[in-house]
Amino acid sequence: MSGRMVGARNERYRVAWRYALLIAVALVFVFPVVFMVVSSLKPDLQLLRDTGSLRAFLPVGDISLDNYVAAFKRAPIGRFVYNSVLVTGLTVMFGLFLNSLAGFAFAKLRWRGRAIVLSVVIATLIVPFETIAVPLLMMVNALPWLGPDGLTFGWLNSYRVQIVPFIADALSIFLFVQFFKDLPDEIIEAARIDGASWWQVYLRVIVPLSGPVFATAAILKFLAMYNMYLWPLMVAQGETYRPVMVGLQYFFQLNVAWGEVMAYLSLITIPVLVFYLLLQRAFIESIAASGVKG
Amino acid sequence: MHRIPVKPVPELVRQAAASGLGPGRRGEEAAGLAMAAPAVILLVAFLITPFALAFVMAFTNQRLVSPNPTAFVGTRNFTQLLTVRPFMMAPLTDPESGATLRDDTGAPVYPVLRDITRRNPDYPQFDGLRELASWQLGERRLYLLASDVVFMRALRNTMLFVLVVAPTQATLALMLALMINQRLRGVNIFRTIYFMPVVISIVVVSLLWRFIYSPGGLLNSMLTGLTFGAFTPVDWLGNPNTALGAIMAMSIWQAVGFHMVIWLSGLQTIPGVLYEAASVEGASALQKFRHVTWPGLRNTAVLILVVITMQAFALFAQIDVMTRGGPRDATQSIVFQAVQRGFERQDIAGGSAISVVLFLLVLSVSLLQRYVTRERAR
Amino acid sequence: MTTTKRSLTALLAALALSGVVFAQTTLSLWYHGAGNEVERAIIVQIIDDFNAAQDDWRVTLEEFPQLAYNPSVVSAALAGNLPDILDVDGPVMPNWAWANYMQPLSLSDGVLDGFLPSVIGEWQGEVYSVGLWDAAIAIYARRSVLEANDIRIPSLDAPWTFEEFDAILETLDATGEFDYAFDVGMAWTGEWYPYAFSPFLQSFGGDLIDRSTFLTAEGVLNGPEAVAFGNWWQSLFTRGLTPGTSQDDADRETGFLDGRYALQWNGNWAAIPALEAFGDDLLFLPAPDFGHGPKIGGASWQFGVSATTQHPEGANAFIEFALQDEYLAAFSDGIGLVPSTVSAAAMTQNYGEGGPLEVFYELSNQQSLIRPPTPAYVGIALTFEKALADIANGADVQDALDAAVDEIERDIANNDGYGF
Repeated sequence: MSGRMVGARNERYRVAWRYALLIAVALVFVFPVVFMVVSSLKPDLQLLRDTGSLRAFLPVGDISLDNYVAAFKRAPIGRFVYNSVLVTGLTVMFGLFLNSLAGFAFAKLRWRGRAIVLSVVIATLIVPFETIAVPLLMMVNALPWLGPDGLTFGWLNSYRVQIVPFIADALSIFLFVQFFKDLPDEIIEAARIDGASWWQVYLRVIVPLSGPVFATAAILKFLAMYNMYLWPLMVAQGETYRPVMVGLQYFFQLNVAWGEVMAYLSLITIPVLVFYLLLQRAFIESIAASGVKG
Repeated sequence: MHRIPVKPVPELVRQAAASGLGPGRRGEEAAGLAMAAPAVILLVAFLITPFALAFVMAFTNQRLVSPNPTAFVGTRNFTQLLTVRPFMMAPLTDPESGATLRDDTGAPVYPVLRDITRRNPDYPQFDGLRELASWQLGERRLYLLASDVVFMRALRNTMLFVLVVAPTQATLALMLALMINQRLRGVNIFRTIYFMPVVISIVVVSLLWRFIYSPGGLLNSMLTGLTFGAFTPVDWLGNPNTALGAIMAMSIWQAVGFHMVIWLSGLQTIPGVLYEAASVEGASALQKFRHVTWPGLRNTAVLILVVITMQAFALFAQIDVMTRGGPRDATQSIVFQAVQRGFERQDIAGGSAISVVLFLLVLSVSLLQRYVTRERAR
Repeated sequence: MTTTKRSLTALLAALALSGVVFAQTTLSLWYHGAGNEVERAIIVQIIDDFNAAQDDWRVTLEEFPQLAYNPSVVSAALAGNLPDILDVDGPVMPNWAWANYMQPLSLSDGVLDGFLPSVIGEWQGEVYSVGLWDAAIAIYARRSVLEANDIRIPSLDAPWTFEEFDAILETLDATGEFDYAFDVGMAWTGEWYPYAFSPFLQSFGGDLIDRSTFLTAEGVLNGPEAVAFGNWWQSLFTRGLTPGTSQDDADRETGFLDGRYALQWNGNWAAIPALEAFGDDLLFLPAPDFGHGPKIGGASWQFGVSATTQHPEGANAFIEFALQDEYLAAFSDGIGLVPSTVSAAAMTQNYGEGGPLEVFYELSNQQSLIRPPTPAYVGIALTFEKALADIANGADVQDALDAAVDEIERDIANNDGYGF
């Protein structure tokens, strides 16, 4: 009986210790956000003076929402966020579909040339975007598009030029390949024997089993797209199509409006956080399903 | 078009035997191609084609801004980038006696290196080269001369960065993923917090860390406070000995959440029954990790290794914001050089040449990685 | 009857309106000031006035954030997509003119009379761009600090000499009251380095490139004068007089205002917060004379006409319209820059007779030297930035300058001399 009590107490200590560790690590990671949000409430000079001390993380001094008001006056923030969310959302959606489909084909189907094509796909991970930006610009500038105005050439100043080139990406494909590999072949074969087509296998067997991978691929792709800077700069020459990271430059004037920068950053982080929190459900459910213990 | 019947019979038999289920695999070839095609075609169109163009450009004099016609220049861009030559320099001698010239302290006098490397008809092979390193060997001096000293340093720094950051980041990310994968109340909050630095763009994070690392910044004032003043403030980004380390630390911190998420989705594919079985057998936590978790993470580990290496090789934004390659080239990186040359200096051909070198370098590293991981699997 | 009449009038009005719209040819204007409301208000005002003042042209504005502007123009040029009128940073203009992004202006005779020399962008003997303002740099100081340390207050006619200035820095450092005696703004990487620091080099007698040929920097950027500059530059950091490359933006912006820096090398755009902090105690002092006269950098953003426009006469008409004193004065009052003419300066709040920033106009007029007008400048600027950062961090001065010379010459050779 006392043994059980000791065990319970030990258990409690262990849990407390775990929380202590989790919180300690959290402190290491949370401070940029705290800094960002707290700073967004301070006037420029105070913000800059506070950076050298712990005051940087405390909402002390002259606190107000003035920076937010000023930021909205300075730049069409709603427009930027709308553009980014639209471009990012569509790219992630199409990307998840096509990349997972390809991942399935590479991981579970046998076809001639599969290994070599996969190697080439993975090799494209190496290519930094900066190095292909200029040739890509020349290419999209000559591409045709069939739209409401009939057949037009040149994709500049549009949403499609920010979406279509980035739908397929090697990281997502690679991610799907590695995770689909872990799915047992037996379930696929069972479905095939039941008369399912390969398409149905993908849709009814693979996709439902792969919540966490889709969530992971989605968040990683979302971040990459949302933070795009160089490409939209090159192809979106009007404010109409400008995304958030280009919009950030509105605040870097000769005298940088640091408080507004922080306000703007706090605002544009919200869509990412919302997206991440929505996807967390996928993580939680799958943990509950697999019942993994630490 | 489908030509399975034409295949030699033994191969068909082998295939059927391998799958164990001949009929269940019908239409596989066509389905595989069809499913892979859309993504692959997009990659070819928007990534491989422009890269091929960049590859071609590396052999031209193409500029970003220029009225001059583009022409092929062979491997000029690569020679200007990669030439490294040793040069043994002897002290000056008296033309009559042949004795070594010495200054007042008796030390030998050497020719000025730049007289040799700048349009000197006697040494055409050294023209335009600069000192990368030098050693004193007795009274002679051994120089290692390079045509692009900055690029050589970028190469060294990037390799060092990859060697330190990739394994550290992968390990820490795994530890975080394990911590976060516990069944504890409120663990979701921590999962979100650990991911925070990834959510905020690297450009912004770099700006912030410039404040933290500054001589009068937060890191120094905290260290001074914790040691009751015993700590002498360090100019983290201004000192060539600490700058790269400071950037490494920040980079690990920033991206560790990214890889934590990948490890996490790997952890979640390990069936819970395996852990339960291990518990029944009385396995310790460490044993569970070694015999259940780690084997179950093999595919994830390969993925992370490859991705983390490639990301580390792409080191750019931190450098651009925090140090611009300084102090004294201590933080130059390959991609920073590629961007600086291609965009800022408008030498798009030179920038492309750097990317080609980077591509070949990373390709060989990943082939090596593949070879190594394959060995282990056996 | 009345209805018919009214609708007839409406019809006529509509015709007239549409007639105006159709008669006006649209011209696109690209401007680097996105995010600056005051600047936007002024430029929009100019455009509205211009569109209303004549019937031939209608200018439309597309604004870009400053840091995104140059890459946007280069991308547009690659895609054959340039606007009719564009603005350009003075030192970059020759690069764009050489690359056929721009064409020479054809303004009426005498329009540019009385303009500061540094706001007129010339390349190969032709005027390609003209600025409505210039920027100027001065040493920010406090009268009380100088007087407490028995330091002579210099004037445009009698600036500090090299020896005097150096001794002043030592004096201020020795007081122990300041973290640093002289902040030059190493935190502001990029164009700030050549803009703010190459005038020191020029005052020492060196330069970024040999301006007689524009083909070499040998002997100019690495000769004895340049090395003397480099040695002094390095000593600022080794003696702890100046914050180094790791300075952060916070210290740059607050250091002088908080009294941690005794003197600061800064532009006129930072004047307003400093005036608010110190009022009458604040002084804007001219650059020291390091031997070859005091120098500051000249040329800021300027307007030009793209090479691809179908309507150069419209583009020129707009630029000429914008050069009126009232607009120069409006920009100066709005964003604190130095107006391009004396007559406009007289109309401003700050630069007129007895205004708090009056000195900046004369600084621009007397001391400013434009950065070398060559397409190679873009590369030179980066090379110089690196050399100065390396020297500040302890690199061998001669080696660093030699390397810069080699780098610049290699770039010029790779570009077939940039048209020289």
